[in-house]
Amino acid sequence: MNREQALFEYTLRIADDSLILGHRVSEWCGHGPILEEDIAMTNIALDLVGQATNFLEYAAKVDGKGKTADDLAFLRYDRDYRNALLVEQKNGHFGDTMARQFFFDVFRKLFFEGLTKSTDETLAAIAEKSLKETKYHLKHSSEWVIRLGDGTEESHQKIQESINNLWRFTEELFFSNDVDTMLLESGIAVDLNALYPLWKSQVAHVLAEATLEIPSGTFQQKGGRTGFHSEHLGYLLAEMQYMQRAYPGMEW
Amino acid sequence: MKNLSLEEKEREFQAKIDADQKIEPNDWMPDEYRKTLIRQISQHAHSEIVGMLPEGNWITRAPNLRRKAVLLAKVQDEAGHGLYLYSAAETLGSDREKTIDDLNAGIAKYSSIFNYPTVTWADMGTIGWLVDGAAIMNQVPLCRCSYGPYARAMVRVCKEESFHQRQGFEIVMKLAQGTPEQKALAQESLNRWWWPALMMFGPNDANSKHTAQSMKWKIKRETNDELRQKFVDITVPQAEMIGLTIPDADLKWNEERQSYDFGAINWDEFMNVVQGNGPCNKERIAARREAKENGLWVREAANAFAEKRKARQAS
Ligand SMILES: [Fe+2]
Ligand SMILES: [Fe+2]
Repeated sequence: MNREQALFEYTLRIADDSLILGHRVSEWCGHGPILEEDIAMTNIALDLVGQATNFLEYAAKVDGKGKTADDLAFLRYDRDYRNALLVEQKNGHFGDTMARQFFFDVFRKLFFEGLTKSTDETLAAIAEKSLKETKYHLKHSSEWVIRLGDGTEESHQKIQESINNLWRFTEELFFSNDVDTMLLESGIAVDLNALYPLWKSQVAHVLAEATLEIPSGTFQQKGGRTGFHSEHLGYLLAEMQYMQRAYPGMEW
Repeated sequence: MKNLSLEEKEREFQAKIDADQKIEPNDWMPDEYRKTLIRQISQHAHSEIVGMLPEGNWITRAPNLRRKAVLLAKVQDEAGHGLYLYSAAETLGSDREKTIDDLNAGIAKYSSIFNYPTVTWADMGTIGWLVDGAAIMNQVPLCRCSYGPYARAMVRVCKEESFHQRQGFEIVMKLAQGTPEQKALAQESLNRWWWPALMMFGPNDANSKHTAQSMKWKIKRETNDELRQKFVDITVPQAEMIGLTIPDADLKWNEERQSYDFGAINWDEFMNVVQGNGPCNKERIAARREAKENGLWVREAANAFAEKRKARQAS
């Protein structure tokens, strides 16, 4: 693996998290619990699709094989996607969606804060723009976790279950391998090991305010970052890639 | 005002309207005016909200990233329109969640165009082009509506609708200039949406029961047939420009009227859809009802939390 290949892989991880989560959040459009949430969630989906586009454009450039961001978004096979398992999980109910978003947003904010200091100027610039959006997403998702946790007995129980169910996908957000090692040396990558304790304490802080408990002794699932996905991703891609597969090579 | 008789109040009210002055929420207004406006504005709001469903249907399948983002932004705009309109209706004393319940119970109406299915990507273009296009035709005159909050909401809404119309037309144009498969998609979609789009202007003037009073109150400023004619006259050349055929054998330019003559609308189909028998009436209402029912525990939690917070702050 050379530096370009590592950078391509690294950028895909960021792009795919946004792309796949953006897809999931967009599934809510028109079905939210209240009109204001339809607007908020559509907005979040829009931000995530925008981030995916920016990172994929850069990935395509680094790749240097004449592909476009759209080629990367719509024409890869399942095993070539590098998103974390967390973001491909189904929406479930509103609490499941908010718990997933909250875990991700805490990670993403810390990650983008680090990435703004990357020696790779393009990554730093996209991170800067995405960080502003992510701060808003985090505010939104943590407020909902608190409201649901400290709302009614029913909502408390539901969101606690969501937290428990999704906890097994959280550690993977901090997955790193030789890609990270190589890019850390040149100051491009963010040191994920250093972020993990910060993530834990920030999550714990919000969960405490929400009167929710931190799950313990949960086995952690991994695989997304290396292309081993859950059964859900195939269906998601079948839907997302439908037009490009059914009408190959056309412009829209 | 207190000492005026009802007739005097009504006369003053009408004089204000005739002088093109706006009626504001705290002004006196006849009950019928209030009722008509609440009905019209909430129907309009419901249309925006139900309208999110047929377009939302293609967000996850949009063919590229740009189209996906544009479609998301459009559907978000429609939700925003729903929000301003419900707020405008609330200035007249209606309650948003109650009117939504009427929609979900199948009592309140919404634009019947949204009871047609979106079965191909081309429909995302055609809806923007024709449905947002027809909506603009209907709504531009409402920017001068006598009721202030509605008129002001419409100014904002119309700006966004014309953006949607252009984006929709751009999608269709791209298809019409694309491969034979893409051109066929565009034509087939136009064939399905053309007549329902013409029905969006409502029954012919002779059969429209609300028109006369609404015109007098300046809640409506042009008749259904006038607006429909304008729409046809604007849209036909657009279709010609991109090489698509309007599915109407009777369509032809009338030199004398400087307008297009067009075929008779199938009002039986229109009435059938209005009465709940369109291809997607059941699905649309079911989706809205499900969203509200599934969201109940969330709204209850938000209320309970707000109460707790208030109590904590008080103590
Ligand atoms: Fe709208
Ligand atoms: Fe629109």
